[in-house]
Amino acid sequence: MYQNQYETVFILTPVLSEAQMKDAVEKFKAVLTDNGAELLNDEPWGLRKLAYPIQHKSTGYYQLFEFKANPELIATLETEYKRDERILRFLTTKLDKFGADYSDRRRNGKIGKKNQDAPKEDSKRNETVKS
Amino acid sequence: MSLVNEKVERKNQVKKKYCRFERAGIKYVDYKDANFLLKFVNEQGKILPRRLTGNSLKFQRKVATAIKRARHLALMPYVADGMK
Repeated sequence: MYQNQYETVFILTPVLSEAQMKDAVEKFKAVLTDNGAELLNDEPWGLRKLAYPIQHKSTGYYQLFEFKANPELIATLETEYKRDERILRFLTTKLDKFGADYSDRRRNGKIGKKNQDAPKEDSKRNETVKS
Repeated sequence: MSLVNEKVERKNQVKKKYCRFERAGIKYVDYKDANFLLKFVNEQGKILPRRLTGNSLKFQRKVATAIKRARHLALMPYVADGMK
């Protein structure tokens, strides 16, 4: 069975209590795992300020999931998002090979060193050009 | 008085523009990193043209979609006043 790598971010309303937040997050985690997705990363960003108000709210609780699944799951996940009133926004993206590589490095905490990595790759490039 | 045009001497050589992604070997533009994407918008939050950023067409497209995704998730504003 062919599986793609996906990444989904959603924003929950800030009016929920901490327990309700956890409940909502668990619900969507369950939607993923029950439908045969392989969860790779679970990253709560927490309460953040929104760049512009959504439904008259200026903050939101962000949650990121990375997973491998077959494409049929995405439709069920998104209808689940649409039905839930606690969700302000959601975004699901499919990662290409570069994106998968990037998220892999990000998960291993190498992205902070991205600026150090970049010149290395640059010098490698130059070497290949010379030879 | 000579009729031959004199050579125009440019004081400082015009720097050639380059695509920073291709030079740095970055292959994926992340929409989650709003601080980085801030380099590619003006203070009103509009996406800067290739003419100003020097991005190659391939990466300009990727930057544009990343900015649009970041806007959707309210990580970046659609319209702003004096963002920088």
